[in-house]
Formats: sequence, structure tokens, C-alpha cells
Amino acid sequence: MAADATTAEVGVSVRARARRRSGSSYPSWFFLPAAIIYGALFMYPTFASLFFSLTRWTLFEAQFIGLENFAQFFREPFLIKGLINTLIYAFVTSGLKVVLGMLLGVLLTSQIIGRGYLRSVVFFPVLVSTIGIGITFTVMMHPTQGLINETLALFGIKGPGWLTDPNLALLSVAFVDVWKGVGLATVIYMAGIVSIPQEYFEASKIDGATPWQNFWGITLPLARPATVTVVILSLIGGLRSFDLIWAMTRGGPGFTSDVIASVIYKQYQAGFYGLSTAGNVVLFVMVAIIVVPLSVWLNRREVEQ
Amino acid sequence: MKAAYRHWLGWLSIVVSVFVFLVPFAFIFLTAAKDRKESSLREFTLPSSWHLWDNLVQVIQTRDFMIITAFVNSTILTVASVAMLVVFGAMCGFIMQRRPSIWTSIAGFLVLAGLIIPPAVVPTIWVMQSMGLFKTLHGLILIEVAYGLSFTILLFRAFVATIPRELDEAAIIDGAGPIRLFFQVILPLLKPVAVTVIVVQSVAIFNDFTNPLYYLPGSQNVTLQLTLYNFQSQFSTSYNLLFMNILLITIPPLIVFLFFNRQIVAGMTAGAVKG
Repeated sequence: MAADATTAEVGVSVRARARRRSGSSYPSWFFLPAAIIYGALFMYPTFASLFFSLTRWTLFEAQFIGLENFAQFFREPFLIKGLINTLIYAFVTSGLKVVLGMLLGVLLTSQIIGRGYLRSVVFFPVLVSTIGIGITFTVMMHPTQGLINETLALFGIKGPGWLTDPNLALLSVAFVDVWKGVGLATVIYMAGIVSIPQEYFEASKIDGATPWQNFWGITLPLARPATVTVVILSLIGGLRSFDLIWAMTRGGPGFTSDVIASVIYKQYQAGFYGLSTAGNVVLFVMVAIIVVPLSVWLNRREVEQ
Repeated sequence: MKAAYRHWLGWLSIVVSVFVFLVPFAFIFLTAAKDRKESSLREFTLPSSWHLWDNLVQVIQTRDFMIITAFVNSTILTVASVAMLVVFGAMCGFIMQRRPSIWTSIAGFLVLAGLIIPPAVVPTIWVMQSMGLFKTLHGLILIEVAYGLSFTILLFRAFVATIPRELDEAAIIDGAGPIRLFFQVILPLLKPVAVTVIVVQSVAIFNDFTNPLYYLPGSQNVTLQLTLYNFQSQFSTSYNLLFMNILLITIPPLIVFLFFNRQIVAGMTAGAVKG
């Protein structure tokens, strides 16, 4: 759609340049290469998904079946489980990333020893392969032979089956997600905290404020843009999360740690392309109705302050 | 009192960080150095004898040197898609910042949509099949470009705003057309943000698992992340080889981290300050 429009403009600007030597120095055809790739491989499939989600689809022929795929999504227990799990996963991970990222951000911008080292180790997991991390933690979370439970056993605690207990599997994966992603939240908070003018802290020092009051009165409200960024980024990431869950549990045991993204993959593998695409649309709607109002609301409150 | 408190807090954090963040990496390294029997115990101990080199050779030889193929593929994928992202993203960011128009607003909306909308997988495969791009490396390169454009354009647009328009005007008066203006005047000035884009996107694309899984199936043209995924079942009894594989694919990000830490952090925190 955008591609067509820019093509039309190209024609105009080429003709204009032929007439006068001085055409626009900021030609719209600069959009063209990006617009073609983006339009063909992202926008067009997105629009097509709205249609194909209403069909029984074999990639070669599509039979229109109305809202049947969506009905199935809200009827089958394991698909509903996937929806609920997606929400739990997204809110648990982003909540923990906000709290831990904030604490680590405050800690790593204060004058403590080993700050450079600490910043590095907290951030490094962000850059490591998710699959590699997933496999490593799967091995360490083994119920009897895993490193985590063997360590707990030293203190006489019987560790749970992190990935084999149906009630715990999703939360264990979420925990690894936080472990890997908290470094990103931390550096975002560090950037936010460093940008707070020092005058506020000097003034509060003169007024005799405690560090605790400093945190609640200055750091927390003024690092708000950082909080907004962390919340939005980790919610989008959490709702769409696939690779870590797939590497660690493949949705198991049973369907207890399935999320929408893993359901989409499973249905795709099973050849239910229409149902898989409906899952995509559900995920899209879910991200949109959670993230868009939230980001509007968070940004508006910022303006009011 | 205050200094003592800070000292104490610093040491406590260091000890905790060793357990939480370093032990998993040490575990990867130690397991990768053990022999098969010892590694199957999954214990956090020093290997009784070191087998790093043997394991490395064995991992490389598995399935007709598949990991070498995967390494080449991942490199081509990363370099090609990042190069396209930088040039095309910079072109868009430049026009969007310099020439406000209805198309710029539409482009801005599409950029935000690209950040939020999860890609529709099966329809994308359908489109790629009709264009002959499915299961090809160049198809995957275009996919990575399409998915990475939004973030790249945002970074470039913000940075173009810091380049004075007077430079454009001077170049235009000297007779530079749009292509010369962009490639000879603007693009060289975008170097700092281009480095950030290159580093952040390289890491993201190199580590990408989901897109190769969907759009590049088959064992002929795997990427590194997929080899690891495939070896996960194949090596289920040889943890030493599995972890050697993990160790291998952790090295490239480690090198990037050691040299470009600041650019990575700059890219990832862009927007955090002003919201």
C-alpha cells in the first residue's frame, strides 16, 4: 500500500527533476527499498492473516469457515490454557523486571565497589543465545541431578521439580526469562537514573532526607520514562515469547506451559494453518489491547506531572 | 559508617552475582571440558581430565561438519541483513526527519505498528513460497530486514535530528543531488548511530531462533541456533558435546560485548530517558 504510493511519487519527482534541475533534495523514493521489503514480507502477510484466520487452509486452497477457528480457540481447554499462560508469563516477567531492574539500577549507579564488574555480569546474559541459556537451565533444573536442587539439598531443602511440576513449569521458565532479561531493564533504569539532575538530591540532602525518602520522592517518580520503557518492552516481549519456552519445556508437561506463540507453532507443525493463523490474530489483538492503552495511559500521566 | 555500609553492600552484591550470574556460565564451560561419562552426571565440578579440544573436534565433525556450514550461514545472514538494515533504515530515517509530509506520518505509524504487531507466520510463509523465497537464505535475510526495520528507523530518525540542516543546504547549493547529499554528506555523519545499529542488530539476528525455525527449515541450510536446537535431541546423552556447542555460540556475543559494550547499551537504552 505504502509502496504503491511511493511509486506514484517517484514518477512525479522524476518528471519534476527533468523539468527543473532543482528537484526535492529529500525524495520520497528513498522510502522505496524499505517499503517494498516491509510491505511484502510484513504488512501484506499481516493483512492476509485477517482473512486466512477465517478459513480452513492448506496453503493451496482456503475454505471459508467464518469464526470457527476463533471459536475453537476459546473452546478447547488446552488453547484457553495457552491464553491464560501467556498473560501470566507476560505479567510475571515484566513485573519482576521492573522491580529487580529498578533495584539493580539504583545499586549500580551508586558508589559501590566492583561496579564495573557488576554492570558487566548483569548485562551479559542479554546478549547470549536464548536457546543456549534454555538448554543450560533445563539441565541445571533437573529434579534430582540438577545443580539447583543439589545445592538446595546441601541445606537440607528438597527442591521441587522445576520443569516437571505442572504448576511450576511456566514460572520456572519465566524465572529464567527474568534472569536473562533483567540486564536490559537495569541498563534502561541506569540511563534514566543518571539523567536525573543532581540538584534534586543535593536539595533533599540539605533538607535531611533519608536514602529511603530519596528513592520514593526523587528516583522513582523521575525515572518514570525508564519504567514506561521497561514495562512496554517487557510486556511486548513477554506476550510474544516463544524461543525460551520452546527450548525448555516445549509447552509441557502436557500443555501446562504452552503459550499462544508455542500453540501457533504446534498448530503450524500439525498442518492446521488456519487455526495457527487465528492464533496469530488472537496474539496480535491481545498485544494491541494490552500495550496500546497502557502506553497511552502511562505517557499521558507523564505529561500531567 | 556510610563508607563501611557501601563496602559491605558491594561485597555482598559481588558474592551474590557470582552465584547467580557466573555459575551458569562456569557450568557451561566445565561441562564442555569433561568427557562423556563424567558430563552425564551434570555436576558442578572441575573435570577430572580436560577434554576441551577433543570435544571441540567432535562437535565440528558431527554430521559432516554441519556446524561449519551453520557458522557460514549465520555469518552471511547477519552481515547481509545488517548491511541492508543500515542503508535502507538510514534512508527512511533521513527522509522522515527532514521532510514532514503525509507519507512521513504514515511511515511513522507503520514503524510503530512494526514494533507491536507479532509477525503472521503462516501467511508470511505463503507469500514467501509464491515468491520462491521460502527455505532460502536470501529469503530469511529479507525477513530479518523486514522485522528489524522499525527499530532501526527509530534510532536513525532520532539521530538525524541532531545533524544541522545547514549542512544539507550547503551541499545542495554546491550542486549535490539527493543521492550525493545522502551518501556523501549525511551517511558519514551517521556513523555513531550506525555502529549502534550494527552491533545491536547483529546480536539480535545472530541469536535469532524463531525466524530460522519457521522460514529456513531443512538440514541443508541451518543457522547456528538451529544446530544447537537439533543437537539438543541428538546429544541428549552427550552433555559434553551439547555444552561445547553452547560454548561455541556464546563466543561471538562475548567478543562483541568486550569491544562494543557502550554502543550496545546506547542502542538499547535509546528512548528510555525521554520516554
